[in-house]
Amino acid sequence: MSDAIQVTAPCPECNAAIAREDGVMENEILPCAECGAELEVTALEPFALQLAPEVEEDWGE
Amino acid sequence: MQIGVLHARIRLEEKLILTELEKRGVDIQRFHIEHAPLSLDQGGVPEAMSSVDVMLERCISHSRALSALRVIESWGIPCVNPWRIAEVCGDKMATNLALSVAGVPVPRARVAFTPEAALKAIDELGYPCVLKPAVGSWGRLMARVSDRDSAEAILEHKATLGTYHHSIFYLQEHIEKPGRDLRAFVAGDQVLAAIARHSEHWITNTARGSSVTNYPVTDELRDVALRAAKAVGGGIVAVDLFESERGLLVCEVNYTMEFKNSIEPTGVDLPARMVDYLLEVGEGRELLPQTAPTPIGVPTAPIAGGAS
Repeated sequence: MSDAIQVTAPCPECNAAIAREDGVMENEILPCAECGAELEVTALEPFALQLAPEVEEDWGE
Repeated sequence: MQIGVLHARIRLEEKLILTELEKRGVDIQRFHIEHAPLSLDQGGVPEAMSSVDVMLERCISHSRALSALRVIESWGIPCVNPWRIAEVCGDKMATNLALSVAGVPVPRARVAFTPEAALKAIDELGYPCVLKPAVGSWGRLMARVSDRDSAEAILEHKATLGTYHHSIFYLQEHIEKPGRDLRAFVAGDQVLAAIARHSEHWITNTARGSSVTNYPVTDELRDVALRAAKAVGGGIVAVDLFESERGLLVCEVNYTMEFKNSIEPTGVDLPARMVDYLLEVGEGRELLPQTAPTPIGVPTAPIAGGAS
């Protein structure tokens, strides 16, 4: 018996391996557990991340 | 039915809504607002949007959302919320005016265009008062002006360091809150739930770390919240209220509300209720406003002798 291979992508800030959790969506924001950077999921197949954009002045509700 | 979802980053709120739509078996089309231009040409509906029955707008940027909604609605696609609502709610001064015109209770407020005029406004409102950007959220760049010295300093900083819209000074009476303010979630003519946001800080946004408890939907709260929602054009909105000696006062109305911290305390499945409303609009059972809210400050009759 072997565990399923966990899909990961590198954090663009610190290169930590970020796992693709079940249910994650494209454009969702994930924190990097190692450096704390906010990351945006840019693709699921293949799993890819980029630094999330900085908050802009007109962001909000 | 096909539901379009216009978005940028997917926050927990968007994820909950998308998950709820999937649960209902709805055909979902996602559109990232940054990924494709929108045509302004006649007949410019892109093929990808040609089957959309209703578009849910959940973008994080007000300016982009407002522009996109104007274009998408011009193609005849109903949007939740319509651009008229985004226009009014996205600008606190416009919201304040729409509420005032409709007779909804609001804190006293002024707008001024120079630091000198702003100082006069502050003198009229009294200290402390609140200076806030007309466009912005999460309590950013808000200042409680305690005295004349701080007023002069803040105004000078805004006028010198800010972009031009920071020199449109929106000033609001400071309401002494009982350590909390209230928020009512409205969809159409229903108040879905209400919360109290508690903080020892005078800014009580949940984005600033305030804690949330359920607040009963009292007759007064329902009445004021529904009148406020109607004044800005309806749709799905969150009405922020202050408790005061004059009763409930509406501080602002949010048109792309965040709600993740309000589901558990209220026990109300807010994304599900929002999807209910969205499906009603898609099925034509809930009619969106076909015309703009009453134009603000526009006389209903021609002014005699006015310029032609």
